[in-house]
Amino acid sequence: MTIRLRVNGTDHELDVDPEMPLLWALRDVLGLTGTKYGCGEALCGACTIHIDGEVVRSCVTPVRRAAGKNVTTIEGLSPDGSHPLQKAWVDLGVPQCGFCQAGQIMSAAALLAKKPKPTDAEIDQSLAGNLCRCGTYLRIRAAVKKAAGEP
Amino acid sequence: MTIRVVRVAGTVYQEWMLTKRRGAGLGAGALVLLIAFAGCGGRSSAPASLPLPPTSKDALRAPEDFAGIPDRDDRARALFVEASRVMLHPRCTNCHPAGDSPTQGNDGRLHDPPVARGPKDRGVPALECTSCHQDRNVELARVPGAPSWHLAPIEMAWADKTPATLCDQLKDRKRNGDRSLDQVVEHTAHDALVGWGWAPGHGREPVPGTRAQFTALVAAWVKEGAACPKDEVKR
Repeated sequence: MTIRLRVNGTDHELDVDPEMPLLWALRDVLGLTGTKYGCGEALCGACTIHIDGEVVRSCVTPVRRAAGKNVTTIEGLSPDGSHPLQKAWVDLGVPQCGFCQAGQIMSAAALLAKKPKPTDAEIDQSLAGNLCRCGTYLRIRAAVKKAAGEP
Repeated sequence: MTIRVVRVAGTVYQEWMLTKRRGAGLGAGALVLLIAFAGCGGRSSAPASLPLPPTSKDALRAPEDFAGIPDRDDRARALFVEASRVMLHPRCTNCHPAGDSPTQGNDGRLHDPPVARGPKDRGVPALECTSCHQDRNVELARVPGAPSWHLAPIEMAWADKTPATLCDQLKDRKRNGDRSLDQVVEHTAHDALVGWGWAPGHGREPVPGTRAQFTALVAAWVKEGAACPKDEVKR
């Protein structure tokens, strides 16, 4: 079955099982390996992407859900890594191992799109489903606030 | 939890007893109807027992099993108590929480990852219910799903309710999604999230009986006047 979708602004036709997890299609079919596989059960957030601007965990999302939709991955957040979140991530040295950061940034980007000036509590609540094994949560929160232009 | 419903009215004495084990729903086998007819002229007779047909925690009694209850309101009350075994099951109450977070499992533990109700009962930005829950169960990942997965509004909280309080709530349009009783029956019969309770996927215990049986009970309760159980003691 052919699934038509737009990924990071480019149209694709994928001849895949419609129940295939979207993460598989992104990484193994399209070669977009910036999105990570963590738990495979929507519990860690490493695979977070956007479908039409809404956050989804791509490891449990069947590719059919993205049919006819706009998919954004970390590679498509900005063409040159200049998204305010990416710049704040670098400025504050957020990543340790870095495995979770694509998911963290995609969740944070969706948060800022809906709440441009989130409070600490709102950041914690919205990013509660993104685990960081290195425990850089304080830096993650600081980077989100920096990207939002908050003190 | 033990619930006793006792009514003394004229010559009729009735008692229902239900036992609820946390995580296993109401103990279906414990629903008993006792009817005692006091004798005339000051004489009294020994209580006569009219037990409902036995059932299991996985099954529901049918509306016709309640036909032997002579009083219409009492019949409606008994029908509701039977139907409440579905509504107070963890598959339902986990997403009808009294707080701002859903629960999960048969033990009602806090949802993992920690998620919040949000302003529209669908989560918060970047962590919506549908960020993870799909339109159907994802068996490989064990994630439950159904169309439009979301929490019941806080005014429709069912967790830790008794059948009596649940019944009052279900009849109150301010706390039932502004539905008439006929619309409650319709919702019971056709809403996709309600239907998930009988097909929860991945080893989860489904609610008792079948959807058709549950709908028949709720419809019979409405048809019999929709009286609510009274005088519960919760302990």
